[in-house]
Amino acid sequence: MIAITINGKQREVAADPDMPLLWVIRDLLGLTGTKFGCGVAQCGACTVHLNGEAVRSCVTKVSRAAGQQVTTIEGLSKLNDHALQIAWAELDVPQCGYCQSGQLMSAAVLLRENPNPTDQDIDDAMSGNICRCGTYPRIRLAIHKAAELQREGAKS
Amino acid sequence: MIVLFMSSAVILSFKEEKSTFNYTALPKDSVASIAAFKQVYTVLMSARCMNCHPSGDIPLQGDDNHLHTMFPKRGVDGKGVYAMKCANCHQPTNTPGLHTPPGNPNWHLPPADMKMVFQGRTPRQLAKQIIDPKQNGHKDMQKLIAHADDGLVLSAWKPGEGRKLPPMSHAAFKKAWLTWLKTGAYAPAK
Repeated sequence: MIAITINGKQREVAADPDMPLLWVIRDLLGLTGTKFGCGVAQCGACTVHLNGEAVRSCVTKVSRAAGQQVTTIEGLSKLNDHALQIAWAELDVPQCGYCQSGQLMSAAVLLRENPNPTDQDIDDAMSGNICRCGTYPRIRLAIHKAAELQREGAKS
Repeated sequence: MIVLFMSSAVILSFKEEKSTFNYTALPKDSVASIAAFKQVYTVLMSARCMNCHPSGDIPLQGDDNHLHTMFPKRGVDGKGVYAMKCANCHQPTNTPGLHTPPGNPNWHLPPADMKMVFQGRTPRQLAKQIIDPKQNGHKDMQKLIAHADDGLVLSAWKPGEGRKLPPMSHAAFKKAWLTWLKTGAYAPAK
C-alpha cells in the first residue's frame, strides 16, 4: 500500500510503485477532473500539484508522491472559489474544457509565485499547457483577472 | 617576442593556483593536452551535453539541438519557472518509451548568473571558459576533475530511449578530460 495525502485527505492505495500518479488519481481514487491527454508530458492536461509544484501526473510515478501532498483540481479550493475559478467562470474561458483543469493548476502556481504577472510571465508559465480549442487569449485575460481579484482580496 | 607573447597567451596555466590544488599533475604537454581537449570538445558539443548548455535561456532538445518544445525558461536557479520547472516533467529516472522526458534527480540548466554556455563556443573559447572559476561554477581543478563523474554528466550516457549517445564512452571521455586537465589544460589556438 502506498500512502498519499490527496486534497488534504490521507489515502492509501494498492498500486504498483511505477503506476502513473494520473492512474491512481483517476482510476483508484475516482477523481476524474484531472485529464489524460498525451501520456508523455507534452500537453499539460494531467497537471496536478505535488507539494505545490505543477507536475505532469501522466509521467510521475505514484512512488514519487508517496508520503507527499497532492492537490488535484477538485482540491484547488473548497468552494470552487479560487480567484482563478471565479475569473474562469466570469470570462467563460473553456470551450470543450478538456485541458482546463491542467490550465488552472498551472496558473495557480504562477499566481502563487507571482501575484502580478505580465503577459510574458503568463506565457512563460503556461506554455506547457496546450489548448486545442485555442482559448489562450481568454486564459491570459482570466489570469490577469484572477490576479486582480487576488490583490483586491488581499487588501480587504 | 611577439610569437612568445602570443603562445604564452594561448597557454592556460594553473601556475598560480598550484599550491592550493591537490591533484596529480602530469608534465605539461601542450600537444597532448590540446589533442585531449579536442576529444573532450566533441562530447561537450554533442546533444547530450550541449542541450542543457544553450546560448539562450531555453534548453535545446533532440539530437538536432532544436529549441525545447514548450519553451521552458532557465529561471534564476536554472530549474525553470512557475509551472514550467524542469522536475515537473523530468522525473528522477528516465520515463520509459520514445519521446518521453529523460530523468535525473538533479535535472537543471546552469543558473542565470553562471550560464556556462557551450552552444556556439569554439574549442578555444570553451577550453578557456571551463577552467575559469568565474565562468565554470567556481570550480577549482579538483572540482573540475570530479565533475567527470557528476551524476548529471553521467546521465548523458543513459539518455533514455531513442537518443544518440555522446561520440565516445564515458571512460574514454574521462580519460581525455583528465589528460587535458593534468597536462596543463591548454586551449587550442582556435
